[in-house]
Amino acid sequence: MADLVTQDLSIDAGSATLVHGATLRLVPGELVALLGPNGAGKTSLLRAALGLEKRSAGLATLDGTDSEKLSPMQRARRVAYLPQQRPLAWPNTVRDVVALGRFAYGAAPGRLGPSDAEAVDQAIARCDLTGLSDRQTDTLSGGELARVHCARAFAADAPLLVADEPVAALDPRHQFRVMDIVRQFVDGGGGALVVLHDIALAARYATRMIWMKDGRIIADGSPEDTLTAERLADIYGVRARVAGRTVEIEGAL
Amino acid sequence: MTGNRLLIPALAAASLMALFAACLLGSTPMPAGRVLAALFGGADAADQLVVWQIRLPRALAAFVAGAALGISGASLQGLLRNPLAEPGVLGVSASASLFATVSLYYGVAALSPWVLPIAAILGALVATALIALAAIRTRSVVTLILIGVGISSFAGAAMSLLMNLAPTPFTLSDMINWMLGSVANRSFREIGFAAPFLMAGAAILLASRRGLSALTLGEEAASGVGLNLRNQRILTVLGAGLATGGSVALAGAIGFVGIVAPHIIRPFVNHDPARSLIPSALLAGLILVLADIGVRLLPTTNELKLGVVAALIGAPAFVWIAMRRRALNG
Repeated sequence: MADLVTQDLSIDAGSATLVHGATLRLVPGELVALLGPNGAGKTSLLRAALGLEKRSAGLATLDGTDSEKLSPMQRARRVAYLPQQRPLAWPNTVRDVVALGRFAYGAAPGRLGPSDAEAVDQAIARCDLTGLSDRQTDTLSGGELARVHCARAFAADAPLLVADEPVAALDPRHQFRVMDIVRQFVDGGGGALVVLHDIALAARYATRMIWMKDGRIIADGSPEDTLTAERLADIYGVRARVAGRTVEIEGAL
Repeated sequence: MTGNRLLIPALAAASLMALFAACLLGSTPMPAGRVLAALFGGADAADQLVVWQIRLPRALAAFVAGAALGISGASLQGLLRNPLAEPGVLGVSASASLFATVSLYYGVAALSPWVLPIAAILGALVATALIALAAIRTRSVVTLILIGVGISSFAGAAMSLLMNLAPTPFTLSDMINWMLGSVANRSFREIGFAAPFLMAGAAILLASRRGLSALTLGEEAASGVGLNLRNQRILTVLGAGLATGGSVALAGAIGFVGIVAPHIIRPFVNHDPARSLIPSALLAGLILVLADIGVRLLPTTNELKLGVVAALIGAPAFVWIAMRRRALNG
């Protein structure tokens, strides 16, 4: 079974330690929200888990193989990665950008085999981009672009998805649309690890929440177990009211 | 976009026509019939000499040098994700012509006909590698272009120094050729010595072009979709260095063709860097053949240098592209 595992993983940058002994596991069927304030080490942890960043201690494996030892193509077939920075250098068409998700299968924009074309069409349909597929990406809104990036990630047909702030800078409606798309992926047998800053959104969609502070994983469990007013005060320094999965943040402490 | 399928055949046909036209035109215009006869071995010796020894090699040299700059420009633009990247702008051509000049100046080039192209390629590789190293450390394209300007200025200053010290007017005029770029008096022999490097460079660039498309997503996401970034950088730098060095060995430093051709091509290939390589090469070759015909036909006392004409057309285009660019990624 596909899984992404880190065990006691630490990351150093110069003399600073960005992540201390982080242990987490992602398997299909889960939508895991990774939460924590800016600078908590979420992005570093994700990158090291994927083998994109050097770890200083611990383990990171993808389907049992050390993720630093995987070739970029092998990694891309096991997990789709949506980084925080998502620049598009050229005004390509939507379909061509989504087609880049098939890179690990030897495909290229304008050169898609039958299975590649099918995966691209499905990803476009899944992210509700059918009417936009021939549009140039520089003519799209932020919400549409976010869906293009999701479609690019899904086109890889990887069993796992790691997304770093996929809903940053989106309006509420588009936040829900993107998270609905991620949930559909999980309902269809995928596993998703998503960095989120909107706690209410995370509580609504996540099957599990991983809380980070100062480079350490503080808690890991269902929203019912780990989402408490005390935790929000501890991690974010905010005063909040929590009732089951609903959260209302009242202000800074 | 429709008409994409016709782009490469149309450019190839236009290039062939321009090469043929270059054989027709000149100080003694020849009718098409005589050129055809000379090309296929049926004309008198004088016609054959003009076509085979003078006009065809010169036109071919212009085409090949331009094509190498076009494919290098398109690849570097894909790697650096910027439409202003080009061997000339980034100082690669200047560095190549400096190394070529040094090899001429110290007489090393006389040792073997391979010395000059290899020196030019070394110069091109040094500059390309510097730019690629800087590209790892900075995301700012302005910084990269400034580094290119620095390399160009340094190479220019070193060339001026060599010119100051030039022992004979003959060496001096040789150096001016390298600095300004010209395909006058080229023979098939010189094309032959540059050809292996040009072909190797073009082959490397074409083989690694798929990664340039992935880089559209930025480096982080490109490695996420399966691109080996390190290898891509090495291959593009090596390919562009070989091709640009070969082009400089043949024709000296000719700027801006590598920027103008990909810029015109991009909308026809849906802005996909990988698919812009071959059409950009053909178009850049075509532009230089046409510019060289212009150089030959202009009634000036001293023949204009091809590189000067290319810069006169290309530099304003560069400024125009730079001004129209939205400040999206610095």
